[in-house]
Amino acid sequence: MKISLLVLSEPYSSQSSLSALQYAKAAISLGYSIERVFFYHNGVHTGSSLQTPQQDEINLHNEWATLTKTSNIDLVICIAAALKRGNLNQEESNRYDKAQFNIEAPFELSGLGQLLDAQLNSDKLITFG
Amino acid sequence: MSKNILVIQRCAPYGSSLAREGLDYVLTSAAYDQNIQILFLGDGIFQLLKNQDSSDIQLKSHLGAMEVLPLYDIEDLYAVKEDIAERNIQESALGLPIKLISRQDVHSLINKQDHVMGF
Repeated sequence: MKISLLVLSEPYSSQSSLSALQYAKAAISLGYSIERVFFYHNGVHTGSSLQTPQQDEINLHNEWATLTKTSNIDLVICIAAALKRGNLNQEESNRYDKAQFNIEAPFELSGLGQLLDAQLNSDKLITFG
Repeated sequence: MSKNILVIQRCAPYGSSLAREGLDYVLTSAAYDQNIQILFLGDGIFQLLKNQDSSDIQLKSHLGAMEVLPLYDIEDLYAVKEDIAERNIQESALGLPIKLISRQDVHSLINKQDHVMGF
């Protein structure tokens, strides 16, 4: 079964951003395929490579990046929601003449069409918000 | 291929940007030729109030943003009679043409869809 996730909640402030990660790990361990995780609304902050929690706390960015190395998940961040909240990759940073960027592979910025695509081409779309 | 998608809008229009970002999902999906219906549920009904003036909080009118819905052929907008009555809202206070259904009909509306998306 192909499953995609929609993450609306912000990392650390909201339990459900951690629940999404735990759900993905559990589903993969049971043999399900996580096709894509789409980060939207406050969930776009999950992709920031600058997040620096204390060393004995979970780093959601690193956890997702590690998980996708072994399980080949698309980690897609809504570009419109991300840019307004200050989450830019190098290309967008250059385009808007900013000094920094904080979104890097395996996270990618793309449009809401990728959410619809995940919904139409997965057996289930599970929202965490 | 076109699918029937019900978008459930549960948030009041301001205070959180989720109502607006839910609308962005609606417009994107409609642009990709999906059949979209919207159910304004619970506090989501506040999105439909006429005479919204959000200029003092420096936000664009949410109702104004929804006025493009007919251009995307989105004309099936639903709200629940009981939600409106509980909030003491008159039907005449709603700024878009709405189909009012009873709470017990929500179940069958959801069951008719290929997909349901909640914001």
